[in-house]
Amino acid sequence: MTIAFEHRQSAHCENGVISNLLNHHGVRISEPMAFGIGSGLFFVYLPFLKINFAPGFSYRPMPGRILRRLGKRLGIRVRHQRFSSPQKAQAVLDEKLRQGIPVGLQVGVYHLTYFPDEYRFHFNAHNLVVYGKESGEYLISDPVMDRTTRLTERELDRVRFAKGALPPKGHLYYLERLPDRFDLERAIREGIHQTCRDMLAPVPIVGVRAMKWVARDIRRWPRRLGAKTANHYLGQLVRMQEEIGTGGGGFRFIYAAFLQEAAAILKRPALMERSREMTAIGDAWREFALDISRIYKNRKSGPDVYEGLSDRLLDLAERERRFFLRLKKDL
Amino acid sequence: MNRNEVPQDEGSLSRKNMHELCYAVDDQGRYTTVQSSGWEAKTLALNESLELIEERVAAAAQAVRDGRVSPIAYYMELNRMDVSLLAGYVGMHRWLVKRHFDPKRFRKLKDSVLQKYAEVFDISVNQLTDPFSPTDA
Repeated sequence: MTIAFEHRQSAHCENGVISNLLNHHGVRISEPMAFGIGSGLFFVYLPFLKINFAPGFSYRPMPGRILRRLGKRLGIRVRHQRFSSPQKAQAVLDEKLRQGIPVGLQVGVYHLTYFPDEYRFHFNAHNLVVYGKESGEYLISDPVMDRTTRLTERELDRVRFAKGALPPKGHLYYLERLPDRFDLERAIREGIHQTCRDMLAPVPIVGVRAMKWVARDIRRWPRRLGAKTANHYLGQLVRMQEEIGTGGGGFRFIYAAFLQEAAAILKRPALMERSREMTAIGDAWREFALDISRIYKNRKSGPDVYEGLSDRLLDLAERERRFFLRLKKDL
Repeated sequence: MNRNEVPQDEGSLSRKNMHELCYAVDDQGRYTTVQSSGWEAKTLALNESLELIEERVAAAAQAVRDGRVSPIAYYMELNRMDVSLLAGYVGMHRWLVKRHFDPKRFRKLKDSVLQKYAEVFDISVNQLTDPFSPTDA
């Protein structure tokens, strides 16, 4: 069986799945809109948690948060299910497909056969949509892919029951009920408010304060850990920022696109100005990534290099701090 | 980022004829999406991480040849895992998996246990017990 499902490529998997599922039910919410209302812009630094032998950095909130917040703010009821047995997980998925409901899945990336080898890490919070089953193969709309793909029962079972941090446990979800009308303006305002709150949070591991902490640590890494480890940590920062899904510049460009849409809906020209500023900030993040990559390219890593990177990140943090203070006032 | 500044570098994506979507502005400053084939800066950062993995794999392979650890440790690195992740996949406790790194204990493992590891690593039991034999390469 095949459900007529429109596959639209997106930058980020979670927004993309939400946007495509809503689109399937006739609700046009763009990827940036889903991202903005779900307060997807974020920064968190987890220095004590090691992921791939480097500290944890993330430019987005915990997986699943965007969907949950968007659902709450727009009054959409999403049904989530997790399973202890793969057989049960498959049975429920098949049943939903028979009912003509496209289903969102949380999966692990490592065993996704259609991904390039370089992208296959043990990361368990990827999202995709299953929109049918043909001769034992599932029809997959993975929002970060150009085109739809297929996975066999065994392949899908494997990614649905990937192990490690944030195990999906067969996690599936689908839209259960849509409200008659949305209060889009209010949802946008709530989304922006939360992002301002997150980014300006008075805790050291979140938002601009976390960025400043990373900036201070960049100065210390080469002395304390040696150049090799310091460079690996910096690489992690770039990978998280520019990985598939970020839309470039650590989601800053997606957010700028959201602000542009929000300006029109809320009729606030000031948000157009904020969008331009956010674009410039995204560009600065990319410059930062470029500077880090030069360390690998030129094999050059004197102390002045790290000082320079630290200064750049401090500057970025300060720019974002002032930006979110202004954005807060605009609402 | 202007739409004509979206990087189109050669990389792992372009080799598979894949693209990722980027958000960029057009000449009027309106946001639009552009497909990118990759960006050198990111590829360099990815390669750095892959080199590190290769080093770890090579070190583990040497340790297996020297008889210091069992092939399980080598395959763990090859699959980009760590002990807790591997323990999760085989459904055993971490300390048990660590014990299986001991070559002496590894040789005494039951077939059913070996089979479990082989399945997780997607290899045969023969490949697991004899990782560097040319016939399996």
